[in-house]
Amino acid sequence: MSFWLVLAVNSITFGGLLFLLSAGFSLIFGLMRIPNLTHGSLFMLGAYVGATLVVGMLGFQFNFWLAAVLATLTVAALGALIERLLLRRLPGDQLAQVLVTLGLSFMAADFCLMMWGGDPLSVATPSELGGFARFGAVAFPIYRLAIIAIATVFAIALWLLLDRTRLGAMIRAGVDDPAMARVVGIRVSQLFTIVFALGAGLAAFAGIIGGPILSVYPGLDQDMLPLALVVVILGGSGSLLGSFVGSIVVGFIYNFGQALLPELAYFVLFLPMLLVLLLRPQGLFGRHMP
Amino acid sequence: MNARLFALATAFVALVSVPYWVPGIYYVNVASQILFYAVFALGLDVLVGYGGLVSLGHAGLFGVAAYTTGYLLQLGLGHPVAILAALMVGVGSMAVYAVLSLRSTGIGFIMITLALGEILWGLAYRWISVTGGDNGISLHTRPEPFGFSLSDAVTFYYATLIIFLFSLGIMAVMVRSPFGAALMGTRDQPRRMNALGYHVWAIRFWACLLSGLLTSISGIMFVYYTQFISPQTLALTSSAEVLLMVISGGAGTLLGPIVGAALVVAVKTVVSGFIERWNFLLGAIFVAIVIMMPEGLVPGSARLWQLMWRKKSLPSKVVATEAKP
Repeated sequence: MSFWLVLAVNSITFGGLLFLLSAGFSLIFGLMRIPNLTHGSLFMLGAYVGATLVVGMLGFQFNFWLAAVLATLTVAALGALIERLLLRRLPGDQLAQVLVTLGLSFMAADFCLMMWGGDPLSVATPSELGGFARFGAVAFPIYRLAIIAIATVFAIALWLLLDRTRLGAMIRAGVDDPAMARVVGIRVSQLFTIVFALGAGLAAFAGIIGGPILSVYPGLDQDMLPLALVVVILGGSGSLLGSFVGSIVVGFIYNFGQALLPELAYFVLFLPMLLVLLLRPQGLFGRHMP
Repeated sequence: MNARLFALATAFVALVSVPYWVPGIYYVNVASQILFYAVFALGLDVLVGYGGLVSLGHAGLFGVAAYTTGYLLQLGLGHPVAILAALMVGVGSMAVYAVLSLRSTGIGFIMITLALGEILWGLAYRWISVTGGDNGISLHTRPEPFGFSLSDAVTFYYATLIIFLFSLGIMAVMVRSPFGAALMGTRDQPRRMNALGYHVWAIRFWACLLSGLLTSISGIMFVYYTQFISPQTLALTSSAEVLLMVISGGAGTLLGPIVGAALVVAVKTVVSGFIERWNFLLGAIFVAIVIMMPEGLVPGSARLWQLMWRKKSLPSKVVATEAKP
């Protein structure tokens, strides 16, 4: 019993991290119509930059949360630069944009390998969230519960941002009909930069707070990107609810798969994707075909 | 037209005589690599260039064919059985790919093939009881068709050359056939093709199978060449590498993928002697080509060539409009 409970909590935790990663991915996809293949790299970069600050490689050990904020801002700025300097040069050419993000992801992976070497970096759990919470006979690591709380807060904040603010209304308009949004005076290209930076920041934040659980290693980007892809294929692009549900589903399948069928864990992910593609190709909550 | 025939004949003679004019056995091996990667790139070009469907999961198929060969040989089966089974499994996997990914085109197609390719990579990496995980599978022998042992580098080169010419022949026939015309029609005007009574989905599906066949052939050549297969072969980097071959050479041409394969293999072979960071360079070349020469080297140089010739014969007004892009 307790085994299943712990596994379930771990699945939700992982789902929470995936949500932070894939919400930005889904928004970028919905708005710009490109799968941002640097998303895994941004996650990894966030994790590495955060870990560097926390471990004290710069001669000064930062507080975990301060490091998380700094890493998030750095990577968000990098995302904005990528959008402004590279993707902006290829307006309307989605294929070229995807290929540029692919090329960048290789450069980022090699850059991380060059800067931080091939050994995994482990990040200590912030001290105030160490230890376990006991519920009867079962003990849960507090940090994992905290990640669930953080992801929930972010989900609500993102929903409020998209549903209740002017900026959110503009983004939704851009997702639904970019041409018409332009006609009514929304600067869609400016939204591109904002959404790209927001997505990059969210991915980086997920990377750093995931650090104590996943640790930080070369290849982290290649592990996370397909998961984000599967989440978006499941949930539908441009839908926040879709990436939320998709993340939890993938979190459960991935964790239970790893516990029960460790050799085929990756492959089991394929099944829900297959079902969704056959029955509802636009994704569970998507509004249009990719 | 005669000039074209002459160029083809020259290229053929040059290819056949490679073992006699290259400086050493090492370069014969590089030439073999270029040829089987060219088959791979041609296979991808069926979809990318002629079908307008960009796949980022082809290394998965390439790897599936290679793994099947390796696994069956490890079980003690003979070369003919292993090769036939690998072709069937490779084309069969492509059929599954196609059924799933042809639900959409454009970006959706890229995304689904990418996810499928990553799943095959994950399978190769984690399904240790079959694939050996990170240790991969080693092959101990190469086949000996008609008594010619392919263990010899020069013989292997000629076998690869025959397969390469065969694949190029298939492609040339396909491009000039009604099927090729229909495929290009579905690339440019899918709705009109549909209205004309063509079954767009079926045409794309057959194109996928042809692509899968060429990819499997090159995967088998690859595993016999290196006599080793590991999950790295299926990684996204490999899918991107072959896509780079197609795009850098020129998608939608027969010569483009071959030039691209030669370029990528040559750069990789030469560069990896000096620096470890091949992936960084690969990424940088990718970004540079996409931004600066999106049409690829072969159409790009052809356009340049035409431009230079026309400058002499045509009035300057035409040249000015031509030079604009």
